[in-house]
Amino acid sequence: MAAIILLIFAPLLAGVINRAKAFFAGRTGQPLLQVYFDIAKLLRKGVVYSRTTTWVFRAGPIVSLAAVLCAACMIPLGGVRALMSFPGDFILVAYLLGLARFMTVLAALDTGSAFEGMGASREVQFAALTEPALLLALISIGSATGDWSLHEMFAVVNAHAWAAHGAVLAMATVALLAVLLVENSRVPFDDPNTHLELTMIHEVMVLDHSGPDLAFIEFGASVKFAMFAALLSGLIVPVRTGLAWVDASAALAGLFAVAVVAGVIESCMARLRILRVPQMLVAASVLAGVAILVALAQGVAP
Amino acid sequence: MTLVASALAVLLLSGFASLALGRKSFAAVVAVGGAVAAAALGIIPATMCLAGAAPVSIAVPWSVPGGAFHIGLDPLSSIFAVVILAVSALSAMYGAGYLQGHSSAASTGPHWFFYNALTASMLVVVTAQNAVLFLVAWECMALSSFFLVTFHNEHADVRKAGWIYLVASHMATAFLIFLFAVLGSRAGSFEFADWTSTPPAAGALFLVALIGFGAKAGIVPLHVWLPQAHPAAPSHVSAVMSGVMIKTGIYGLLRVTGFLGAPEAWWGYVLVAVGISSGILGVLFALAQHDIKRLLAYHSVENIGIIILGMGLGLVGISKGNSVLAVLGFSGAILHVVNHAIFKSLLFMGAGSVVRATGIRDIDSLGGLLKSLPWTAAMFFIGAAAISALPPLNGFVSEFLIFIGALSGFSLAHASVSLASCAAVASLALIGGLAAACFAKAFGMTFLGEPRSPLAHDPREAGPAMLAPMAVLSLACAAIGLLPAQAMALVSRAAAHLALASPVDAADALKWASFPLSAVSAVAFALFALVALLAAVRLVILSKRPVDHGLTWDCGYAKPTARMQYTSSSFAQPLTSLFRPLLQTHTKGGEPTGVFPGHTTFSTDTPDVFENSMFKPVFLAVAKVAALVRSFQHGRIHVYILYIVLALLVLLFWKLG
Repeated sequence: MAAIILLIFAPLLAGVINRAKAFFAGRTGQPLLQVYFDIAKLLRKGVVYSRTTTWVFRAGPIVSLAAVLCAACMIPLGGVRALMSFPGDFILVAYLLGLARFMTVLAALDTGSAFEGMGASREVQFAALTEPALLLALISIGSATGDWSLHEMFAVVNAHAWAAHGAVLAMATVALLAVLLVENSRVPFDDPNTHLELTMIHEVMVLDHSGPDLAFIEFGASVKFAMFAALLSGLIVPVRTGLAWVDASAALAGLFAVAVVAGVIESCMARLRILRVPQMLVAASVLAGVAILVALAQGVAP
Repeated sequence: MTLVASALAVLLLSGFASLALGRKSFAAVVAVGGAVAAAALGIIPATMCLAGAAPVSIAVPWSVPGGAFHIGLDPLSSIFAVVILAVSALSAMYGAGYLQGHSSAASTGPHWFFYNALTASMLVVVTAQNAVLFLVAWECMALSSFFLVTFHNEHADVRKAGWIYLVASHMATAFLIFLFAVLGSRAGSFEFADWTSTPPAAGALFLVALIGFGAKAGIVPLHVWLPQAHPAAPSHVSAVMSGVMIKTGIYGLLRVTGFLGAPEAWWGYVLVAVGISSGILGVLFALAQHDIKRLLAYHSVENIGIIILGMGLGLVGISKGNSVLAVLGFSGAILHVVNHAIFKSLLFMGAGSVVRATGIRDIDSLGGLLKSLPWTAAMFFIGAAAISALPPLNGFVSEFLIFIGALSGFSLAHASVSLASCAAVASLALIGGLAAACFAKAFGMTFLGEPRSPLAHDPREAGPAMLAPMAVLSLACAAIGLLPAQAMALVSRAAAHLALASPVDAADALKWASFPLSAVSAVAFALFALVALLAAVRLVILSKRPVDHGLTWDCGYAKPTARMQYTSSSFAQPLTSLFRPLLQTHTKGGEPTGVFPGHTTFSTDTPDVFENSMFKPVFLAVAKVAALVRSFQHGRIHVYILYIVLALLVLLFWKLG
């Protein structure tokens, strides 16, 4: 069920981020539904392919979107059930996102463009460091709650759990926020709005895509953001009443809150130097590791 | 068991036949036929054993003291036997195509003799039930692979690689002889079946086994021979050596650990630490390479690290009484042995096709080969995704087993187990990310974009003899990825045996894994379905829209050239510079000088740190000591005769006085 909510609202979250940024800049901003319009427009367009490219370039957006959609099926939204859940499902989620990234990177390399090669190179560097942070953050939540499927892990994060494991959950939240920002190429790790290709990471990798291919990429990107936002919302909104609509609307509010937070961070912070990004990512991993240690220490103590 | 014996006979007979045929092109046909027939014969009893048949054995008396020709199949032997026979047969088929039109004047008969001898000796190694037989087969394996590595012995670097391999191999064997001598003399027999009681100082013997077998498997820092030998060998030999031969080290370690009694927890922790360091250092060194075969060789170090990590978790599980961790750790390790054999031999074959078509091993000079080698590229792509542990392929399944095994370790109250599990999870994630980066580089730079340097001639796609084995291996990657529960069923008996788990505990552990595995399988099928659906949607949309072709958009630059593309070195640079303290990459040139910088060159080189700063000093010291003795040996025969006479006199006086 959570997956359906995520797919429907995913493009809206980008609109919320943009509105938050516009508010800070004193602008009116784009319509909230702009990303839906963009996707609809792109689906109606034709495409231009570089003569250098091969089937890898055409498969990239398709496989990436398919992998992200499969991953979204395992994401719970607060107390709202994930479409499927099993012990260790978050590992599959992490590796499905890895598959999506692998295909995006290969599609970028397929163009033979120096800029896309550069973006791809940075993307794989950051991804290699983000993956441990993501898994450690989720494991810290799991070791506090004692469950190993995303659904069960997040189903018990209520006010009581925050009272018992506040420190662990807080550290996991910060680590997950860092992962969300870097995985979705937001400030301070990457700037989706920069005008200079040299400084881009994710956006430069998809320079050559157009038409429906780009629509797939845009939709995939917003679903990916929504997935991480759902995980964060599950942490910061500890409402688990058991009433489906109460839980769902609370979690949905949390989803938008995460989008607003991302917009606020983007408005208030400068982007990090690219050389600093790995340090931040290692710091997120360390923080998640400390969270696990704390959870274990609490678990061992009577 | 007669079938295994006849498989051995077929291998040896066809080997001798091709040796006799020598230079005739028929030699390859005979040898490959022999390898395929032997695989067909040997796989039957091994699969029956995996399916649940009772272990079988055959013993023939042998005049060697303590030795007996005693071979047998139990579940553990059977898995390794299946992998060895299948990969050797497929690589032989590939090799026949690979060596066709081979320009060197050398006769291929001896090559095929040693090839089949290698397969036969590996088969004996994993089925031997007698220590003496094991060591003899081990030595035959080392020697025959040495002659395979030095096939292109007209090149000095190949001879050097072969020499390093020979030395490394024999130093490791010395540890094994010591190990088996201690175990055998204590039990008073060299039959494995008699080694049931726990020997004293089992921990020390475990370390000896780890060094002896680890050197063959390629754990850091004993891996230095691997990145030398694999690139030097012809590609089908690299496929066999990297895919299956190094796994005999894993087999030996698994087998011998069973002779050492109940494992202690620190053995497991040592293996976890060794596995993590091999895994991370292996993939980092791979990232820094630009020779495609050397890169693949370092990835073997990485994957051996993952296997050792799984074994380590298994041993921790046994010693802490956590049967789920034990069974899943060993299952993951054994399944990864199988998976690595599949995708690594596939990748070496793909690399071989590239080398054969272009004559170039340097990725920095390649590019755009997908257009001329479409099939090789597609199958290399599958191998690359599989080794990066990406679902829905097989590499993910075995790592997933280790992952969920590690997670089961968390539910214990033992903090040390939890920490080991935590370290295992974090490093597996890091290794996975780095491996994906490395294979994005290897595949992307070789097959995508535009050619980075002009080629001597147009590359031609490999023939069916080379493509068919690769297709079989690619299908195996997909099959294990789609049906992980069935793959798990094949290895679970061996894993339960290794984990010393009672049938009830083993069933419990399997229950822990069966639901996640079937879910992984469901997601894998769903992924394929979604890809097909989205591809169909795209086709339908594009059928009504204009599809244009143009230049790559280079941000307004109108004349992009192939030289502007990222190269493998530049692609990996952020990661290699991040890990500079470990890699110690040398860079040369590249600094622009003057107001109008002119022509400049830039190159990077990442030699093996362990080879240069650990083994080189030691061997230089050994050479220095050896030089002192050299004055005794100068080639004058009459002085040698004097030595003999003096020695006899000394003995005489010693005996009489």
